[in-house]
Amino acid sequence: MKNLKKLLALLVTGLMLIAAAGCGDSAGSGSASKAASGSGSGGKQITMGFSQIGAESEWRTANTESIKQAAKDAGINLQFSDAQQKQENQIKAIRSFIAQGVDVIAFVPIVETGWDTVLKEAKDAKIPVIVVDRDVKLNDDSLYVAKIGTDSVAEGKKVFNWIDEYMAKQNKQPRSGNQYNVVILEGTVGSSVAIGREAGFKDAMAAAQDGSKYNILASQTGEFTRQKGQEVMESFLKSDRDKIDILFAQNDDMALGAIQAIEAAGLKPGKDITIISIDGVKGMFQAMIEGKSNCTVECNPLQGPLLMETAKKVLNGESVDKLVYVDEGIFPADVAEKTLPERKY
Amino acid sequence: MEKLKQFTSSSLFLPIVALAVLLIFNAVFVDGFLHIQLTEDGRLYGRLIDILNRSSSLVILSLGMTFVIATSGIDISVGAVVAISAAVVCTFIGGRGDGIPEHPMVLAMLAAVGAGVVCGIWNGLLVAKFKIQAVVATLILMTAGRGIAQLMTEGQIITVYYKPFSYISGTIPGNILPTTIFIAAAMVLLVVFLMKKTSIGLFVQSVGINPTASRFSGINVTLVIFLVYAFSGLCAGVSGLIESSLIRAADANNAGLNMEMDAILAVALGGTLLSGGKFYIGGSVIGAITIQTLTTTMYALGVSADQLPVVKAIAVIAICLIQSKRCQEIFDKWKARHMQPDNPEEKAVNKA
Repeated sequence: MKNLKKLLALLVTGLMLIAAAGCGDSAGSGSASKAASGSGSGGKQITMGFSQIGAESEWRTANTESIKQAAKDAGINLQFSDAQQKQENQIKAIRSFIAQGVDVIAFVPIVETGWDTVLKEAKDAKIPVIVVDRDVKLNDDSLYVAKIGTDSVAEGKKVFNWIDEYMAKQNKQPRSGNQYNVVILEGTVGSSVAIGREAGFKDAMAAAQDGSKYNILASQTGEFTRQKGQEVMESFLKSDRDKIDILFAQNDDMALGAIQAIEAAGLKPGKDITIISIDGVKGMFQAMIEGKSNCTVECNPLQGPLLMETAKKVLNGESVDKLVYVDEGIFPADVAEKTLPERKY
Repeated sequence: MEKLKQFTSSSLFLPIVALAVLLIFNAVFVDGFLHIQLTEDGRLYGRLIDILNRSSSLVILSLGMTFVIATSGIDISVGAVVAISAAVVCTFIGGRGDGIPEHPMVLAMLAAVGAGVVCGIWNGLLVAKFKIQAVVATLILMTAGRGIAQLMTEGQIITVYYKPFSYISGTIPGNILPTTIFIAAAMVLLVVFLMKKTSIGLFVQSVGINPTASRFSGINVTLVIFLVYAFSGLCAGVSGLIESSLIRAADANNAGLNMEMDAILAVALGGTLLSGGKFYIGGSVIGAITIQTLTTTMYALGVSADQLPVVKAIAVIAICLIQSKRCQEIFDKWKARHMQPDNPEEKAVNKA
C-alpha cells in the first residue's frame, strides 16, 4: 500500500508537469498579414458587430484571428462577440448590436435554422447582415446581403484539374493497364463538405477531355480522421497494391494517415502513388517538404479581408454578389517549403 | 470423439465458430486474403497480419473490460482514457520536426500507462468506495476525458517525428511481426498467469455473482472492485500507446472513439454475460479479433461508405444469434424434427 502511495505521488507529479508544460507556450503568432489595407473611405469609422461561434479547432481560431486582423487593417471598429457554441448567445449578441446601432452585422451561424426573427429585426433597423463561413436557411433570402464562405464543390474540381495537369506534365504512366487508378478517402458520410468535394471531383472528371484516362478504383469513408484514413488505405493497398496511381483524400488528416500505410506497404508516397488532399494544414506542408505528398488544395479560414471588403462595398451602396467565395489556393509540394512559415493554421 | 465433444461444449467453441465462419467467408470471397508475404526489409505483410495488428489494442481493452463486466460493472470511459494516454505520450515526446524527443520515450510510455492507471483508480474509487453506479461513475470520465486530452494537446493534433515511437505499433527492425502483437500476447499471458497461479479470478467471479456472500466469506469486495477498474485503466493506457503510435500522433478528438462499445461487444461476443459472474478471457480475445476481422472484411469487399454501418450491424446480429442459447435450442428442435426421419441409419449407429 505504501508503494502504491509512492506511485500515485509520482504520477500526480507527472501530470502536473504536463500541465505546466502546457501553460508554457502561448505566445501570440502575430505575423503581419497581407490583408488589403487602405483605411475606411469617407471619414467616418465603420463599426461592425461580429458574432463568432466560439473556439472549436485550430481552423476556427485562424478564422477569428483573420477577421480581427482584417478589421484592424481596414480601419473598421470591430465589436467581437464569442457565442460559446450557443445559438441563444448569438441571437442576444445580434440584438445588442442592433441596439447599439452598428453599421453592419456579420456572424458565423452555428446552426442553419432559427434566424428569421432576429434577422428581420436587423432588417427593420436597416442594418445589413453578412453571413460568414456557414450556411443559413431562411424563408426570406433578402434578410442578408451576402454570404461569404468556402466552396467545397470548387475544391473538388481543383483537385481533379490539378491531378490531370500534373500527370500530363510529369508524363506519368499508369502503373498497370492504360488508365490511372484513383482511390478516394471520403469524409464523414453525409456531411455537406464531403458531398461537395466528391461531387466537384467527379464533375470535373466527367467534364474533362481526357476524363476517360481515369478510373475510380475504390472509394471509402475515412471519417476525416487519421486512424480511419490509415486503416482504409491499408486495405486498399492489400487489394490493389500495384495498381493505385492516385490517392485523393478529402482532408489532410486522412492523407497523413494514408501516407504511413503506403510506407508500410513498401511503396513511396508521393512518387509511386500521387497524393492530393484538401485543407492545407501545417502537418501536410511538413509532409510535402519531406516529399511524401504532392499537393493540398486550401480550404481557407482567412475570410477576414473579404468580409471587410464586402462590408465596405455594401455600406457604399455598391452591389455585391449574394454568394462570395474566398480565394482558395492550390499548394503543390514545390512551394511547400517557402509557404510553410506563412501558414497560420 | 470424446475430445471433440469436450471442445464443442466448451465456452470457447461458439466464439471460435463465429470467427472461423468469418475467416472462411473471407478466404472464399476476398482475393489473396490468406496471402502473406515477406517484404524486402523482412516483415510479414498481408491482411491477416493487419487484422492481428489492428485488433491488438482492442484485445487489450477487452481484457480489462472482461474483469469489470465479471464483477457486474461496466467501464464506458476506456475510449476517453485511450485518448488521454495518447495525449500524454505524445506531449511527453513532443512534436519536434527534427525527430528529437523532449523526454526519453520510456518515461513517456510509463507516464501514459500511469495516466491510464490514475484514470482507472479514479473510476475504482467512485465505484468501489463511494458506491456510485458503474455506468454513471465511468460516464464522468467518458465525457471529461476527451476534454482533458484536448487540454494537454492544446486542441491540436501533435505529430511525433521521433522514429522509435513508431516501433510500438510497427515492426522493430529485425522483427517480422508488428510489436503490437507481442504486447497484446504479453498482456494476455499475464492475465492467464494471474488466473492460473492466483485466486484473483475466483474472487472476481464470486463478487460478480454475489457480493454480499463474498464479503461474508472473507473476500475484500471493495478492494477487488477497485483493482478491477484500475486494471481496466491500465489496459486503456497501453491501448492508448498503441493507438497513438499507429498514426504517430495524438488526436484527442478521435483516438479511441467508440472503442468502449467495441470492447463491451468483444466481451459479449466472447460469451461473458453482462450481468457478471463467470467470464471467459479467451472468448473476449477472440471476440475482439472477430470485430476487427469484420471491419477488414467490409473494406476488402468494398462495401460503400453509406451502407457500411448497416452491413456491419447485420453481421453482428448474426454472430450474436449464432451464440444465443435460445437460438440454439430452437435450432436443435428444428433439427430433431427434420433430420431424424431422414437418417434412421445414423441414429442406429449412434445408439450402437
